[in-house]
Amino acid sequence: MKKPMIFSQFFKNNGAVMGSALIGLVAFWLIFLIILPQLSMLDYSFRYNLPPAEVGGPKDVYTLSNYEHLIYGSDSSHQTYNTVDLKVFMRTILAAMLVTIFNIFLCYPLAYFLGQSKGSGFVRLLVVLLIIPYWINEILRAFALRIIFGDSGLLNEALMFLHLTSAPIDFIRQDIALYAGLGYAYILLMLFPMYNVIESLDRNQIEAARDMGASWLHIHRRIVIPYAKPGIVSGATMVFMLSAGALAAPQILGGPSSLWFTQLVYQWFNDSLNWQQGAAYAIVLLVSTIVIVLTVMRVFKVNMGDIGK
Amino acid sequence: MSSGVAVDLENITIRFGDFTAVKDANVNINGGDFFSFLGPSGCGKTTILRAVSGFLDPSEGRVLIGGKDMAGIGPNKRPTALIFQNLALFPLMKVWENIAFSMEVAGASAGERRKRADELLDMIALGGQGDKLPSELSGGQKQRVAIARALCANPDVLLLDEPLSALDLKLRQHMRTELREIQKRVGITFIYITHDQGEALTMSDNVAVMKAGVIEQIDTGHHIYDDPSTPFVASFVGENNVFRGKVKSINGANAVISTNRSGDLLSRITPAQVGKMQVGDDAMMFIRPEALELAPTDAASETTITANVMNEEFEGNSFSVFLEGDGGKMIKMSVPNLGQDHISARGENLSLRYDASNAVAMPAGELASE
Repeated sequence: MKKPMIFSQFFKNNGAVMGSALIGLVAFWLIFLIILPQLSMLDYSFRYNLPPAEVGGPKDVYTLSNYEHLIYGSDSSHQTYNTVDLKVFMRTILAAMLVTIFNIFLCYPLAYFLGQSKGSGFVRLLVVLLIIPYWINEILRAFALRIIFGDSGLLNEALMFLHLTSAPIDFIRQDIALYAGLGYAYILLMLFPMYNVIESLDRNQIEAARDMGASWLHIHRRIVIPYAKPGIVSGATMVFMLSAGALAAPQILGGPSSLWFTQLVYQWFNDSLNWQQGAAYAIVLLVSTIVIVLTVMRVFKVNMGDIGK
Repeated sequence: MSSGVAVDLENITIRFGDFTAVKDANVNINGGDFFSFLGPSGCGKTTILRAVSGFLDPSEGRVLIGGKDMAGIGPNKRPTALIFQNLALFPLMKVWENIAFSMEVAGASAGERRKRADELLDMIALGGQGDKLPSELSGGQKQRVAIARALCANPDVLLLDEPLSALDLKLRQHMRTELREIQKRVGITFIYITHDQGEALTMSDNVAVMKAGVIEQIDTGHHIYDDPSTPFVASFVGENNVFRGKVKSINGANAVISTNRSGDLLSRITPAQVGKMQVGDDAMMFIRPEALELAPTDAASETTITANVMNEEFEGNSFSVFLEGDGGKMIKMSVPNLGQDHISARGENLSLRYDASNAVAMPAGELASE
């Protein structure tokens, strides 16, 4: 009942030509840029990696073998399970969760400070200063961090100058650079949704709670955090999804022994030229992260609609 | 319930940088009083309230509650409860949780909180509505929830920052009565901030009228209206016709003012200025629209003014007649509606008379700019 009314109103406001054009563009975006590529990846993931001549031939049938490979490994291996890839997968998911949680704790105080001291020029300057580094390419930023964390990098030099350590610390090999890089890469996507929500919180509510004797901890627990919840979840979703799917930071900042799951996907596509296998890995990552996000949203009682606000 | 705690402001001055928001305010509020600060927006009344509640410290002077100096005591430790202009109910908490928030802070169990919240809900005639969210209530109901929430902490002093300003007229008038009743029932001191003189006059035991950070007069509503001590109070509270001039003669508590455009007029001197005015001083004289009445056309005297009718407006309970006197002096007269069709015709020349006891004279000063 409701939908036709929305559409008739939409056409009334925009006119038939403009309305159709707008809907056509959105449909083009959805179908050709999002749905069809994903469907073709899904299709790939269920097919054998055949030489071009055999594509479309009698051997080109659907199979689960690409997914089986992630779980059981190749037939030639001696292990029952594909422990190497599964470990990388678990580590990627866990590390992305940790990066997300770290970002929440780091951004909340900052977002509260920015959101509640509204309007002042100093705060606006701070926000601009936060944004400026993001004008630089993601890969360049990762390289900059690599230089900072390197053996003779700024950080090690400073630590040694202060006599906090006698020999340089290998931040790269110990994955500290990787986590720092991932944490930094998407931190603004955590900060801004939180900041937007907290900025709209009526300051009188905080004062009212304070007037009634509430401690700062109580005010945050009962007033600010429940109010900011949609922003926190929205930011957390984006940071988690993007961290789990990051490629540049792990490529550049990851230690030689540590692989990120996206690097496996990349290798299947680019090095092994096995798109079918790569597609299966990518689909597993996509579905897992979506399931995790939906579970977290359910646990924290946040609706999809709240996130869009 | 407590019997009411006095609040004293001693020489309070509050500055924000170069701007002085409140200047040397001295106010003694009796325990159990309904006390209002009345003034136009930006006059410093909310600043005073924030100083009493503890959200800001006065630059100079002391706030005493129950005789105790409040310096260094934060808003969460003062025996005051503040009701905000926008009420500031917590939108994500149920009504009963809102009301019992001060008990939650103090660590009371959910059972105790619920019980007390239900008692208060009964008191504000919202029994059984505790499980709703604030957004499900009407404006007047939210208002009452905010009052219950403030009273839940058993404060000695309730501070109200224009809490009725968001309501429509009928509800506002109803809530005035209700607030006054609640105040009488609980017996604690209410400090009320408003720019609405109707609210201040109907509810308050005493009213302080403020102008640009300065307290102009503290008195009962009656005296504020009838015996304003400054031209600002006379022109801000209620409507008034102002006549500028000089003092021609003084006879005890009465004076004849030689007005600039309306001839010599006889007036009472406002009590605060009796004995302080001199012949020849610049003076202002005020006559309320309802104190003017029609007189026979040729009855020239020191209590009559002649003027031409410009316009007439029907107000329901009265007619407002706008007249132009000598030299373009604008005069407003209010005539009660007793069933007349109209009072006057446009262009008609009228004589208006008043009783000298209904006119007040005082030294010239600044008027309210409205």
